[in-house]
Amino acid sequence: MLTQMIPEIGHYALVIALLLAAVQSVMPLAGAATRRPLWMAYARPMATGQFLFVAIAYACLTASYMLDDFSVANVANNSNSMLPWYYKFSAVWGNHEGSVLLWSLMLAGWGYFAASFSRELPRDMVARVLGVMGLVCVGFLLFILVTSNPFERLLPHMPADGADLNPLLQDIGLILHPPMLYMGYVGFSVVFAFAIAALLGGRLDAAWARWARPWTNLAWACLTVGIALGSWWAYYELGWGGWWFWDPVENASLLPWLTGTALMHSLAVTEKRGAFKSWTLLLAITTFSLSLLGTFLVRSGVLTSVHAFANDPSRGFFILMLLGITVGLSLLIFALRAPRVSHTVGFSWLSRDALLLINNLMLVIMTVTVLLGTVYPLLLDALDLGKISVGPPYFNALFVPLTLIMSVFMGLGPISRWKETAPSLLVRRLWLAAVVAVVLGAALPLIFAERWSAPVAVGLIAALWIVLPMLRDLYDKIRRASTLGAGLKKLSLAYWGMQLGHLGVAVTIVGVAVVSNYNIERNVRMGPGDSVQVAGYTFTMIELTDRRGANFLADRAVIEVQRGDSNRRFTMNPEKRLYLATGMPMTQVALRPGFFRDLYVAMGEDLGDGSWAMRVQYKPFVRWLWLGALLMSIGGVLAVADKRYRRMATAPDPEEAALKPAGGDRGKEATA
Amino acid sequence: MTLSLTPKRKQKLYVLLGLVALAAIAVGLTLYALRANINLFFSPVQIAAGEAPFERQIRAGGMVREGTVVRNPDSLDVEFTVTDYVDDVRVHYSGILPDLFREGQGVVVVGQLHQGGHIMADQVLARHDENYMPPEVAQALEEAGYKPEDFQQKAADVAKRLEAEKAAGNRNGDGATSSSY
Repeated sequence: MLTQMIPEIGHYALVIALLLAAVQSVMPLAGAATRRPLWMAYARPMATGQFLFVAIAYACLTASYMLDDFSVANVANNSNSMLPWYYKFSAVWGNHEGSVLLWSLMLAGWGYFAASFSRELPRDMVARVLGVMGLVCVGFLLFILVTSNPFERLLPHMPADGADLNPLLQDIGLILHPPMLYMGYVGFSVVFAFAIAALLGGRLDAAWARWARPWTNLAWACLTVGIALGSWWAYYELGWGGWWFWDPVENASLLPWLTGTALMHSLAVTEKRGAFKSWTLLLAITTFSLSLLGTFLVRSGVLTSVHAFANDPSRGFFILMLLGITVGLSLLIFALRAPRVSHTVGFSWLSRDALLLINNLMLVIMTVTVLLGTVYPLLLDALDLGKISVGPPYFNALFVPLTLIMSVFMGLGPISRWKETAPSLLVRRLWLAAVVAVVLGAALPLIFAERWSAPVAVGLIAALWIVLPMLRDLYDKIRRASTLGAGLKKLSLAYWGMQLGHLGVAVTIVGVAVVSNYNIERNVRMGPGDSVQVAGYTFTMIELTDRRGANFLADRAVIEVQRGDSNRRFTMNPEKRLYLATGMPMTQVALRPGFFRDLYVAMGEDLGDGSWAMRVQYKPFVRWLWLGALLMSIGGVLAVADKRYRRMATAPDPEEAALKPAGGDRGKEATA
Repeated sequence: MTLSLTPKRKQKLYVLLGLVALAAIAVGLTLYALRANINLFFSPVQIAAGEAPFERQIRAGGMVREGTVVRNPDSLDVEFTVTDYVDDVRVHYSGILPDLFREGQGVVVVGQLHQGGHIMADQVLARHDENYMPPEVAQALEEAGYKPEDFQQKAADVAKRLEAEKAAGNRNGDGATSSSY
């Protein structure tokens, strides 16, 4: 009896959550404006309650999926009784309604955590932060209830079985990628709320920056992993070995990542030097707005892609309104209140401050170019000026040089000092790194690859130029301590976080440069007995078989791979599957991953005479792409774990000393 | 009005000039790159009318006409006709066609139009669309003065028959070494 009511309970819980969110936004904001502690005190319990009820709604939808309740339209359209339980569980967010519900769950979850971990914050700050988050929640819960109710029933004509989950989504990638990405997207709502709260309250000091930084880093780390997972998933799932397509949906996730990266760095300056205040606020607002824009692009159906589930124009319109209101209101508040919080701090044009400013400029330029290439076709289409598409060459032509320019400054940044850095110091500490980077970067492809490639050399030089100065810095810091252990102990977690994050960028650059230029792809016709040589590996098709999976039939090739003349052999088994419920074909790639190279075999199409079109690829260093992203996000999390975020004092922090470069070769600089 | 440049103003001026220069470079590069990399979309009707440029990267789309897919038995070269049920264009491609490529289904090809009126495609994208017609193509047809009824019924008939064939093929091919779909 009760199980039959699950969808109604979920629906009802959503309505309650909406009401709680409304109270959460109105009472504390009004209380903070009128200085009424009682009203402000509404913030925390409401945030907790709202999270609880959204979680109940989410659990109800999940239960409907697990119990195969095909009277729920959402379940009937996106699940099937043959689906394994873990795909039923993740199918919840493999469609428009469910993914928006997940979005809201995470939003409420971040709100709950912000409420729990803000004990040391002033009351009015907490009230404002949670109030703003409540407003965002109201917007999204309304969106669900008005346009995308996941609990709609198909009664009395319920189908006997579901239409099945898109086979492309029946993968571990679906389980991991969307939640991680959403954690990132939604996480930026916290720093957005902090920014609006700072504007409303007129308070923006080092303490504020210290509160905002961990939230920014966490959201950014999640987004980084989410994007990397998406790239990794596309790589093996789509069957042609690409890892980044400059698809509008990918760009939509890259945009908040770029501004989020800028925000992290800008927050560092705001905390340490009290500068860039309005800029930081603007970045916080921009980053969250871009997250919303991404949601709009993906969820409105203006794009046709694997990600676009919805084609209901009212939904697109609703998100566009939500985006318009958020951007408009927050920019209005910014325009009215920013002059209060900003204040000028001088710094020389060769200092860490200035280098971080350049970093921010580069990231913003990147954001603008990607944004332009992404929305330009949509704008032209909306204005009826023709159907165009902007291809990857555009993005590569701009993004690659901009990244290279930025890596030049990335080499300088960690070595330089706040406020002012003597040019002679930089030259003395970096000339060796520069020489080694150039020589090694140019020589490595010559030694290890069959042909020298200028783009690879440039990529390696950039990566080395990022890494070597950091090593030098580390060496200088440790050398001055009595023992190695003591030296290492003195370094803060924030320092290690920065080092690791930058190392991640270098690793990703190496991966991109090498795999883009040394990738070998052969599309061949193969029947049993045929073989093909790719990069010293011999791929021989032994036989073609077939097999039956839980919910699909598959043609399967058995490929034996031999390296050079050695006797080491292994087999790879690519498949071409036909999913029974939808009749959709899908390529299942056979992968042989490795730290330095991946072997990649995919079945193309049946050519009719017993042979298949096969795609055989050799992808050197492709793992480095995602490894770099992983390092970046670990860096981001490590920095959050730093002691000074746990102690919420407003007084200057003694830890700061450890963050500043401890000095150069000679002692005199120690006092600089 | 005299402009006295105090050191502070001077610094501000430099910053401003630097920003303007950077912005100008960025905008210039962006526009250049954008202009060189825009792919315009053409439907077979538009190509037949001579609207599409030769030897430039374009996108073209329509339905794969039935019975027009010809493979070279020794290589991965393939030819097929893309139609909007009003005009046709021949497409040459070398490589692996996407999973969802089927006769009677919608495709979008990226490539260059050659003097002979055929397209050398670098990329073939298949679309799984309920209407069996890419939206761009439907719109181009309507702009050329054709009504949806002129092509929709035809497209739907083809789709229905292919579905039936596919279902039959699955039953027959079930368990066989090389089932085709």
